[in-house]
Order: sequence, then C-alpha cells, then structure tokens
Amino acid sequence: MAALADPPLVEARRDGERSLWVAFVVMVALLIAAPFVVYPVFLMQALCFALFACAFNLLIGYVGLLSFGHALFFGWASYLCAHAAKVWGFPPEAAVLFGTLSGAVLGVVAGSIAIRRQGIYFAMITLALAQMMYFVALRAPFTGGEDGIQDVPRGHLFGVFDLSHEKTMYVFVLVMVLAGFLFIYRIINSPFGEVLKAIRENEPRAISLGYNTDRYKLCAFVLSATLAGLAGALKALVFQLASLTDVYWTMSGEVVLMTLVGGLGTVFGPVVGAFLIVAMENYLAQFGQWVLVIQGVIFVACVLVFRRGIVGELAHALGVKL
Amino acid sequence: MRLAGSLAFALTVLLGTAAQAQSPINVKIGVLSDMSSLYADISGPGSITAAKMAVQDFNPAAHNMKVDIVSADHQNKPDVGSSIARQWFDVDHVDAIVDVPTSSVALAVSDVTREKNKVFLISGAASSDLTGPKCSPNSVHWTYDTWMLANGTGKALVKTGGDTWFFVTADYAFGHALERDTAAVVTANGGKVLGHVLVPLNNADFSSFLLQAQQSHAKIIGLANAGGDTDNAIKQGAEFGITAGGQHFAGLLVFISDVEALGLKTAQGLVLTSTWYWDMNDTNRAWTKRWQAERPGKFPSMVVAGVYSSILHYLKAVAAVGSAADGKAVVDKMKQMPTDDPLFGKGQVRVDGTVTHPAYLFEVKSPAESKYPGDDFKLRSTIPADEAFRPLKDDNCPLVSAAK
Repeated sequence: MAALADPPLVEARRDGERSLWVAFVVMVALLIAAPFVVYPVFLMQALCFALFACAFNLLIGYVGLLSFGHALFFGWASYLCAHAAKVWGFPPEAAVLFGTLSGAVLGVVAGSIAIRRQGIYFAMITLALAQMMYFVALRAPFTGGEDGIQDVPRGHLFGVFDLSHEKTMYVFVLVMVLAGFLFIYRIINSPFGEVLKAIRENEPRAISLGYNTDRYKLCAFVLSATLAGLAGALKALVFQLASLTDVYWTMSGEVVLMTLVGGLGTVFGPVVGAFLIVAMENYLAQFGQWVLVIQGVIFVACVLVFRRGIVGELAHALGVKL
Repeated sequence: MRLAGSLAFALTVLLGTAAQAQSPINVKIGVLSDMSSLYADISGPGSITAAKMAVQDFNPAAHNMKVDIVSADHQNKPDVGSSIARQWFDVDHVDAIVDVPTSSVALAVSDVTREKNKVFLISGAASSDLTGPKCSPNSVHWTYDTWMLANGTGKALVKTGGDTWFFVTADYAFGHALERDTAAVVTANGGKVLGHVLVPLNNADFSSFLLQAQQSHAKIIGLANAGGDTDNAIKQGAEFGITAGGQHFAGLLVFISDVEALGLKTAQGLVLTSTWYWDMNDTNRAWTKRWQAERPGKFPSMVVAGVYSSILHYLKAVAAVGSAADGKAVVDKMKQMPTDDPLFGKGQVRVDGTVTHPAYLFEVKSPAESKYPGDDFKLRSTIPADEAFRPLKDDNCPLVSAAK
C-alpha cells in the first residue's frame, strides 16, 4: 500500500519544485536585464528590501512568529557596516560581513528574550526592544543622531572591483541577495524547515513529538535577523548612508506590508511585495504624504480582497507552488 | 528621383544648421525642500514660487537658454534627500539643486552633488560646516549660516546684559553647529554657558527640556533650533511661566513665518538676526507683492529670497560659461562674477562658497506698534557684509588653504 501511495506525492513535490525553478530563472533573467532599462540605484534599493522581506517572511511565513521589530537588525547592521567602512576603513566585503554578524548577535539577544511569548506579546516585545535600540541609535555619538552616518565609502571589493560604478555595485548586490534568497529556500526545504512548519501549525504537537521548539524558534529568529542584517549592510553601501529611518518602527511596519502584499509564506511573494512598495515610494514621491494614504488603502484592500497576497493568489489560481 | 534626393539632402542640411543655431542651453533646476513638515512654512512651496520668479526675471529666451524647474519633498530625512538628489542627477538630468532646509539633508546632498559634479545652491540650510570643514567646490551658500546668526544675536544679547546662557539644541548638524558657534560668541564676549540639552528634531513636547533650562537659572535660554520646534518651545515656555520668571528666550533662528505663527503678543521683544526682510524697502515690497500672487496671506522668509537670488546668479553664470554640464566650472564662474540682484544687493561669492551681504538685527514689534499684516520687525542695527560672515581664516575649509 505504501508503495502505491508514495509516487503521486513525490511527483507532486517535483511539480512544485519545477514551478519554483521556472519562477526563479525568470526572476534572475529579469534582474540581469533590468539595470539596462531601469535606474540601477532604485533596483539595488528594491533588492535590499526584497532580501529584508524574505528574511522577515522566514519568521512569519514558516514559523508563524510576527516580529514587529525587524528594523532593529536592518538598521543597526546598516549603522555598523557604515561605521566599519567609514571610520575603521574596512573593505566592503568585511564591512558587510561585520554588519551581518552584528545582525546575528542582536538576533540572539532579542530572540532569546522574545520567543518566550507568543502572538501579540511576541510582537510587542520585539517592538519594545527595537524602539529601545532606536533610542540608542538616536543618542549614541557614533551614529550621528539625525544626520546619520554620511558619505560612506563603497571601496573596492576584494581590492579589485571598484564599487563606485553603479553597475559593478549592482552585480555585487544582486549576487549577495540571490545568495540570501537561495539560502532561505534551502532552510525552508530542509528537515529543519519542516520542523519549523510543524511548530507553525501546532506547537504543542511538535513538543509532544519531542522537539525542543524554543531552540528551533530561536534558531529561526537568529537566521532571520542575520539575513535582515545582510540586507541592511548592503543598503548602507548602496546609499552610502545609514540613517534613523532604517531603525524606526515604521520600517518594521513597511516590511510587514511588503510581505503581506506579496504573499505570506510564499517563496517569491516578499520579492514582489518589496519591488511594488519601493516602486510606489519612488514613483509616487511627488504626492508627498499621500504615499502613506495610498499604502494604507493597498494594505486594507490586500487584507480584505486578496488575503494570500499577489503571489499567493497567483499560485492558488495556477495550482502551483511559488 | 535624383532631384528629390538632393532636395531632401538640402532640406536636412538646412534644418540641421537651423537647429544647431537655435539649440538652446538646457538647464534643469531642482527645488528640494521640506514641503509638508516643520520647515514647509519657511521654504517649501514658497521656494518653488521664488524659483519660478527668478527664471521669469532672468528671461532665458533672451540668453538662448531653456530652464525647467522640478521639485520634491525630502521629508527632512537625509536618506530620502540623497536618493532624490542621486536620481535627479542620474536619470532626470538636473543641473542644480536649490534650497534644501535641514542641514543633515544638505550635507548628504552636498556629497552627492560633488560626486556627480553638479551645482548645489544652498539657501534653507544653516550649518556653517557647509562652508567650513565640509565645504565643496560645487556649493554656494547664499542666505545665512549659523556663525552669522550666532554673531548677530549672541553678541547683541551678551552686550545688553544676557551673560549666562543655557541651550536647548536640536539634535542634528544644524543645532550642534548653531550651539557651538553661539557658545563661542558668548564666551568671547565675556558671557558664560551654564549647560545644554539635546532635543530630537520635530519634537512636540518640550516640558522636560524647558524644566532643565528653568532650573539652570540662566538669564538667556538659547533656542538652537528652527521652524516648528522654535514655535513650540517659545509657546510652551510661556505656558510654564519661564518668561514671567525673568528668564528670556533667544531664538537664534527665527523667521517671519514663526513670528506670524506665534503672534506678536507672544513673540514681542524677541531679538533675531536676518539677512532679508520683506518690508525693508520698495524693491522688497514690490517683489513680495508678486510672490504673494501665488502665496496669498503669507510673507516670504529670507530663505525664499535667497532661493530667488541664488538662481538668478547661477543662471547668469551658466550663460557666461555657455553650458551647465560642468558644475564646478559654473560655480567658479559664480565666484568670479560679483553678485548683484534686486533683493540682496551687491556682494561676492567667496572661495569657500559663502555669499557675503549685510545682515540685520531686528526686534519683534509689540501688537500696538504693528500697523498692518506682516509689519513685524523693527531694525536695531545693521551688520556690514564684511563683518556679518565668518572670516575666511577661521573657516577650516580645505578650499581656502588650497587657494593660497
């Protein structure tokens, strides 16, 4: 009986993977062609946010933990990367690594406090921690208060590639973001990822099966924080600036919006959501404060009309995994 | 067939030369400002109006030029400002950015402008660092700076007995620079600084900061902030009975829009330094009337006037150079040509980018003295152009040492 039941399952899985690979190839092709048509700095900004949203999605989409303080990792990694590159004279690869690691360290600290609670309490704790660190960023001398850290040198990657050229910088950002993206894909399809999904579906049952869910949750939290840190560090180099905007709670809200609009718990949703939101902010900038109103309307429409998000609804309509 | 061919050829040649003779110099100017928040009243939409007037008065057609104006809101955030500037230079072919209130944004825009070799005409930002340690060969700082404000208001107050100071400082580049420059003036003139407190930008509740100021028992509470922050501090200070208790506020950067917002009853007696006042002479009044056609009921600040004058001088320099492509060349030309315009009179652009012109010490009138709307200031003294701005030797600007 087991031999009869198995093949369709395996086949279904392969079908799912095939649609994912097709989507991945299309995405990479688009991203390679894009800088010849679209302004590269805008693309790099969207890519950084795409990685940030994917990292966030790892936590909410696959473990079911809604963190409302992810700006903490994003913003602080960007500060520390900028500081390392500007003041300590780190080359870009080392500065980005330093920023990413600082995201991991902050993730361990914030995670081990926050995962003790669930639901709204978890969200509140992460928000509180993030606001505490926002205040530190506002007052600490090295962050420059309202000025931020300005004029951060992009430097030469591995001492060879001059990152002050937009196209070179774009390739660097693209490679790093795709690496992060594939890493996340690997995580959610590993046995570890299966346990995370089990925790999302029913935590007591996962515990009864003998899993130490706290440890799994912490591990996922740290991974998410680390990747958010990578995104923040890259953004500091792209804009040659680290500022308070990136640690403020609105940034945590924005990443929630990106993930929701794109599709919670889908692989490509956060990428689509990030590009959409960043494009709106860029191309609707002349409407000033109205951007926030437009974003709010989209958020409401998304929750009311297409709750699976853009990619989620698309995948549902086509009957494939995306 | 051959005839048609040669005709077509002749036509192309003709059209080609005609186009060449007429192809105007294209200039695009970006007004980057705070359009919706605490500095929108002192610059923002008013700066756009002033920019349009400058282009109109320059009459680009007569110089075979074509000038376009674009604008954007930087929301007082350095990241938003620098990414708009980058995009303007890279994609939209903007040649010069004007205004940019909020010094932290201005510093970020200055870096981008220098990198792309364009022109930055500063009017709204105040930090004297922009022409000091962080000066740039691509910037011209037109209207005012923190050194000038400190030197005007600070000196006048210490000399009339306000010799102990406590600073309430906005926590960013401008506030720090203004406090530093004023404290230096206060101590140099025999006064004493008792302490300071840093306040986040765009703060709504000043109570805890004002209590600290009250407890310091300083005679003068120096407000090293601007726009909505200054208004809030003065209003709340009046509610706390600070002015009634014998302490005085020194608004180190007060614009006419702030006085209008506070009302003469609250603001009367406030001493302030400004480089331009709409009611000084007939030229200013006539200019203000034209400006008010688009901004009814408002009064132009010195920042708005600076936007007008800096664009006028910039366009003259572009006409003289013959192209707007090389930003540094245009700024060099601006430094060579003496400035002369209806609002700020004659002056010059110094090697560090500072524009020199006289500054004025005003006192806010009492409600009884004010005869008509906008009749807010009375002149106390005039600071001549050569004393109003920081001497070049104290600049620490690398351009100055390089020029020697």
